[in-house]
Amino acid sequence: MRSIRIGSGAGYSGDRIEPAVELAEKGDIQYLVFECLGERTVALAQQARMKNPDSGFDPLLEERMRAVLPICAAKGIKIVTNMGAANPEAAARKTADIAKAMGLPKLKIAAIVGDDVLDACKGSDLPVLEFDSTMRGLGNKVLSANAYLGAEPMAAALKDGADVVITGRASDPALFLAPMIHAFGWSMTDWNLLGQGIVVGHLLECAGQITGGYFADPGFKDVEGLARLGFPIGEVSEDGTLVVTKVDGSGGEVSARTCKEQLLYEVHDPRRYLQPDVVADFSQVRIEEIGKDRVRVTGGQGTQRPDTLKVSVGYVDSYIGEGQISYAGPNAVARGRLALDIVRERLKLTGVATTETRFDLIGVDSLHGQSLGARSEPYEVRVRVTGRTDTLREAVRIGNEVETLYTNGPAGGGGATKSARDVVAVASVLLPRAQAAPSVRFVEA
Amino acid sequence: MKLRDIAHSRTGDKGNISNISVIAFDAKLFPLLLSQVTAERVRDLFKDIVQGEVVRYELPNISALNFVMDQALGGGVTRSLALDAHGKSLSSALLDLEITGRIGDTDEAP
Repeated sequence: MRSIRIGSGAGYSGDRIEPAVELAEKGDIQYLVFECLGERTVALAQQARMKNPDSGFDPLLEERMRAVLPICAAKGIKIVTNMGAANPEAAARKTADIAKAMGLPKLKIAAIVGDDVLDACKGSDLPVLEFDSTMRGLGNKVLSANAYLGAEPMAAALKDGADVVITGRASDPALFLAPMIHAFGWSMTDWNLLGQGIVVGHLLECAGQITGGYFADPGFKDVEGLARLGFPIGEVSEDGTLVVTKVDGSGGEVSARTCKEQLLYEVHDPRRYLQPDVVADFSQVRIEEIGKDRVRVTGGQGTQRPDTLKVSVGYVDSYIGEGQISYAGPNAVARGRLALDIVRERLKLTGVATTETRFDLIGVDSLHGQSLGARSEPYEVRVRVTGRTDTLREAVRIGNEVETLYTNGPAGGGGATKSARDVVAVASVLLPRAQAAPSVRFVEA
Repeated sequence: MKLRDIAHSRTGDKGNISNISVIAFDAKLFPLLLSQVTAERVRDLFKDIVQGEVVRYELPNISALNFVMDQALGGGVTRSLALDAHGKSLSSALLDLEITGRIGDTDEAP
């Protein structure tokens, strides 16, 4: 039976660089996938593109491409990535320039366009899924609207000989499904096969999270070598059977337990994992250890794909102001609480216009609140006050009221910091499939 | 006995929804999870944090439960005021849940 090996070179935009180099050099892979596009990253990238039409793609694209392109070109490893963000064509041109500058042989670089559906969505009656509003209701706060595309355009680009495929918003597992569809000629209506393909993509897309990252708990779940964590390789057979593994000698572990945790990561109803290409069913998945750092995963199923595509809408939500300051030694908690009370009163007294606030003691109750928080006195605490406002000007005043605790607050406050920022948030709408028309554009290096 | 003695856990986020998996270290322990780690107990544990419903999904094939908690992330990851906007630390709180009964108390096969 035919099989391919796919490496997962990044699990988020800022991920480590060198594990992908290790995969390309020693992983015996034919495909290298980089998943680098967070929920709101497209919206931020769109803002960058509005300022400069040649920008709007992933800021680490150049560093990642320089690190892996020479090896991938020499070995014929195909690269698939969503580093195109809000501008896949500019990312493709940039990649072509890098290849040329590095003196690499001619590469075919494909940009997938068409995920930008702002025109189709803006001002429409499409309801927002997360809260009670519509696209029209969000009005001119909307910055971007990008549909989660499926694997088809990426698979088409591979079929047309692309060495590098760069997309913007696409479903993360689809980045992995595309090479499978291309290599095995899977039908786009074989729902069970596509469902298993989504299981493969879902397991691999967060890179180190299946090889021992986001997992270790000393004494309970010990993992060796997290500083040189190996990223995963998916060995996929024509029938969809997956073996997850990693480069010999790299850090971390691939085990049933790491695979189980990742299988359910960010999953709601395991019988209905909605994707642009299929509704995947994870409920019958089987996970077996078949060797050291080798885990076989089978049993993913699926049903017909949805008629709509999920669209990620970036919009200007609000501003957030924040201030922090630390207290230590005996009675630190009491002084921290006094500090919070002072800032609470100051915000009221000086009329800072907030729509939501939080008063936390880091080290005591900042993560899980007072009922789950610390029951014993910690040596040190950090006061954190944060609030939402309608303007940057108001947001700045929150941090100021924390900083002035230096000379006006409890004894021994140190290390104050403050910040204020605008909040680009993300909401979702569902768009009829026909209203997004993805296509492939080639750039020759 | 604490839940962390018999299971491991991972938190994921999507919008304002948090999901926490609870996975038995051994298939023999799954019935204990089924009987003791209920949606009601999880809802009660996170009463300061989760505003919405808690739904439990069961995955006997991998001896796991999946808790899906609505309105759990301060209005959503991209706009939350919380220090841990993703809620990634929630699984650690869940693993501190008290579990009564002995391993092997049940003869139900998972």
